[in-house]
Amino acid sequence: MSKNLLIVLLPLAGSLITGLLGRRLGNRLSQLVTIAGVGLAMLISIQVFLAVAVGEAPVIHEPVFSWIVSGDFQVAFALLIDRLTAVMLIVVTGVSTMVHIYSVGYMAEDPDQPRFFSYLSLFTFAMLVLVTGDNFLQLFFGWEGVGLASYLLIGFWFKKESACNAAIKAFLVNRVGDFGFALGIFAIFMVFGTLDYQQVFHMAATGQFPPTVDFLFWGPVDTITLICLLLFVGAMGKSAQLGLHTWLPDAMEGPTPVSALIHAATMVTAGVFMVCRASPLFELSETALAVVTIVGALTAFFAATVGLVQNDIKRVIAYSTCSQLGYMFFAAGVSAYAAAMFHLMTHAFFKALLFLGAGAVINAMHHEQDMRRMGGLKAKIPITYALMMIGTLALTGFPFLAGFYSKDAILESAFAAHTATGTFAWTLGILAAVMTTFYSFRLVFMTFHGRPADRHAWDHAHEAPWSIRAPLLVLALGAVFAGWIGMPLVGEGWFGPGVFVAAGHDALAHSHHVSAWVKWLPFGMFLIGLGLAWYLYIKNPNLPPAMAEVWAGTYRFLANAWYFDRLYDTLFVGPAKAIGRGLWKTGDETIIDGYGVNGLAATCVRLARRMGRAQTGYVYHYAFAMLVGVLVLATWYG
Amino acid sequence: MLSLVTFLPLAGGLFIFLAIRNPATAKRFALGISLLTFLLSLRLYTGFDTASAEFQFLEESAWLPAFGIAYRMGVDGISLPFVLLTTLLTPICLLGSWESIKERVREYMMAFLALESFVVGVFCALDFVVFYILWEAMLIPMFLIIGVWGGPRRVYAALKFFLYTLAGSVLMLIAILALGVKAGTFDIRALMDLPLSINFQVWVFLAFFASFAVKVPMWPVHTWLPDAHVEAPTAGSVILAGILLKMGAYGFIRFSLPMLPDASHFFTPFIFGLSLVAVVYTALVALMQTDLKKLVAYSSVSHMGFVTIGLFTFNQQGIEGGLLQMVNHGVVSGALFLLVGVVYDRLHTREIARFGGLVHPMPVYAVIFMIFTMASVGLPGTNGFVGEFLILLGAFLHNKAVAAVAATGLVLGAAYMLWMFKKVVFGEVVHADVRGLQDLTTRELLLFAPLLVLVFWMGLYPGPFLEVMHASVDNLITQTTVQKAAGAAAAMAMH
Repeated sequence: MSKNLLIVLLPLAGSLITGLLGRRLGNRLSQLVTIAGVGLAMLISIQVFLAVAVGEAPVIHEPVFSWIVSGDFQVAFALLIDRLTAVMLIVVTGVSTMVHIYSVGYMAEDPDQPRFFSYLSLFTFAMLVLVTGDNFLQLFFGWEGVGLASYLLIGFWFKKESACNAAIKAFLVNRVGDFGFALGIFAIFMVFGTLDYQQVFHMAATGQFPPTVDFLFWGPVDTITLICLLLFVGAMGKSAQLGLHTWLPDAMEGPTPVSALIHAATMVTAGVFMVCRASPLFELSETALAVVTIVGALTAFFAATVGLVQNDIKRVIAYSTCSQLGYMFFAAGVSAYAAAMFHLMTHAFFKALLFLGAGAVINAMHHEQDMRRMGGLKAKIPITYALMMIGTLALTGFPFLAGFYSKDAILESAFAAHTATGTFAWTLGILAAVMTTFYSFRLVFMTFHGRPADRHAWDHAHEAPWSIRAPLLVLALGAVFAGWIGMPLVGEGWFGPGVFVAAGHDALAHSHHVSAWVKWLPFGMFLIGLGLAWYLYIKNPNLPPAMAEVWAGTYRFLANAWYFDRLYDTLFVGPAKAIGRGLWKTGDETIIDGYGVNGLAATCVRLARRMGRAQTGYVYHYAFAMLVGVLVLATWYG
Repeated sequence: MLSLVTFLPLAGGLFIFLAIRNPATAKRFALGISLLTFLLSLRLYTGFDTASAEFQFLEESAWLPAFGIAYRMGVDGISLPFVLLTTLLTPICLLGSWESIKERVREYMMAFLALESFVVGVFCALDFVVFYILWEAMLIPMFLIIGVWGGPRRVYAALKFFLYTLAGSVLMLIAILALGVKAGTFDIRALMDLPLSINFQVWVFLAFFASFAVKVPMWPVHTWLPDAHVEAPTAGSVILAGILLKMGAYGFIRFSLPMLPDASHFFTPFIFGLSLVAVVYTALVALMQTDLKKLVAYSSVSHMGFVTIGLFTFNQQGIEGGLLQMVNHGVVSGALFLLVGVVYDRLHTREIARFGGLVHPMPVYAVIFMIFTMASVGLPGTNGFVGEFLILLGAFLHNKAVAAVAATGLVLGAAYMLWMFKKVVFGEVVHADVRGLQDLTTRELLLFAPLLVLVFWMGLYPGPFLEVMHASVDNLITQTTVQKAAGAAAAMAMH
């Protein structure tokens, strides 16, 4: 067994040990075991990253064991670490370790800590399996595995009805996405006869596939477009893109460290990773790329508008995550995969920082999450305030912090693509950037500035313990420097064979040469957003409620997130239940049992009688003796 | 060897009948016999040549040579997994009934041992008459288990079960006789090579279908299953879901596909149609169930819909997936019924609304329940995934629309299972009697241990299970591509 395999196995070991023996180990040992597991995995990951990504060491590719073999269908578990995976390893193990440490403080009063840490490590394991696979099925294994961990962690406080419902919703919406993803995998196998990345990508690049395939009632469709769109449906579910995003805000029912790790930094980025990984396929379909761009841009815009009016501190950040994922997708859609990965990395740091910071605020306010009941906290928890401010500045693209580099790279790429969809995405991206700044500073102002809304809670607010603050500091360093350090990622060909960009898809290369106004426009947007937020929430704090009354319709539309939940309830949930009841009561009980079985029974008896007269063979005597015997026994015992 | 595995349980049952009066002794003796049978059946696995598609451990002795009837036994890669599943589930069932069966214990043990013999015999029989006798014989103990040790509406349920299956059996018998007369032998291996006209194939197929579809059960002849399950004692449900439901699908793959390949191809759209309705329809119905056992029963119908789809894809992935899913379903739904039984023993109710918050008094139970729920949902890493995935893959290769519709079962299946799990296990304790419940006892843990091992083993390393099937399934696919009708026409022309 190679040392690299330990990256995946150590978190699993930690999870299993605490999961099985947690009650015997107790809280402290459970924390130690799991932190040791992910911490060591992080150290090895860093070493691997230095070798593969910083140095020029070759791609690591080790088979582990054969998983499923059936006819010509063969898949194995393997370990593939190229630069694309190496970046993910750092993000996943890094944020996971910080979140584990943070949870020691945050979950200190929870009676179920071993279970919590076991789940966290289980998640880390599944995510690592996802990113290290060398084939689509292992990706799917991790994909569903992180879904399970997400389900378990959203529903961690299973006494709460709302938490259980949110957990189920997350699982089911993701399953809808996985429905598409699974069909995509089938299509890949049908077309290429393998699920191995290398072989599939090689065959795709050399044109060894039928140009069209028949699909359902659409008739012949472009093969690669079909595959990519099906895969993308899966990505939409996992990465909460418009249409399949409804689970993410509800997922905030889970403990805050979970929101930071799974629903901001790592799991929800799996879709982006998958699209980058499958770039050799996506690059061959302009249609698929256009769809990715449009869906990403719409999500970035949609989620930002909804974020404007949320009052729950975690929901604001959740919609922000949704919006930022949209940015990553439209970056991938204009073939700027490197920019997408770059933003994925920086976003992981500052969004985890924001979530964990929000957790520190919630902790300080005794589990209050409504920002309208906060205010003035900067005097009571100045360190948290400073850290949150760093996260906010990094997110909103303040010059030389992380988001400034990565978000600008995305916007400039979209602009430089010079395609209709690229320009569309750029326009929505710029608009979303204003809103991002606005809602982010609205959050900061409502929480930390102004006068305390709840004097009693404010009086008792307290700074978090060091186990909470230390991870925040580390993440804050990332939020400050990740952009500057990560700049090489968007350099030409840094990802090597991990990411493929077709000739002519040079948006990213051109993005370095866009005019100055394009480069500085996002900063202008930052200033506008900041100014608006300041005007409405510091200067005239009475104005926002008045505006909400004047534009009541718009306000409700945004506050209810464009009514997606209600739409789905009416369209799917309600009818499914009604149909289920109808089929059961009418279909099974009235029609089949009422008419069918009675009829069947009658026919049966008739037939048996006729047969009995017609045939007098040995076997029939046997069958009848048996029947009579059964009836006698049943009468006897019954 | 095969006869020993097959008839050891029956001999044990007879011994109880003749020599053992004490119920406690009978229990221990029956468990001992079933465990011994299981150990013996493992020898079949270790001695099995996976490279060969031939029937192995053959036994043959003359019986009624005038009619071409003989006692012929053997297993191949298609039947062996089910023999093992049966010998594994029987001791689990007996142990599962350890405390819940208090009356007529001796008779109960005898019924179970007899059932095991007949079922193993059905899977091993290579003579159609032997097969038919055992096929019918196994109904007797099953009927008794439901009718004698079942719930309040047991007589209704048992009769419904019996009537449904009888109707099909009669037709199947006619078809068997017709086949046997035509070939001059009832040797199943010989029948597989018999050229048959398409017309003849169609009639035989329909007759077989009448019998097998009920057993699977396929929509719309599934309504006996929820009733039978609800009224059956826990172990009865386990054996019903785990083994007896496999009979129908086994019949399709053992007889319909290789003997009637042209008719099988001809009826494939029909089978797919019914299976898809089963997958979606029963999943929706399961969504609305208020009785825990009924919900699991309906989920069985939905899962078996996947199996029939897999078998009729005529490709390696679909068929192996179908076979694997049959074993999976035996393991998982068996376990789910045991889990229902555990709380039924304690609270004497199966109303979903009467539970809630079981995780608080019974944390170990909750974890095990969660694992089997996830296996039922088909999460990767569990056995449910490998089976479902291969089936859907095979279906996609065969017909994309079928795969697309069937795959909606992934979403619906997750919906009803997770919803049920939430209502039963999560939440606050609402009913006072739930609070004091005892967690799983050591005996109960022992029931689940082997099934848990299988869930992960088959999910993570299904190689040993699939390897057994490869050669036989490969051979089966060759058999189904032969056009027997053409062969029959040629034979006719020569006359």
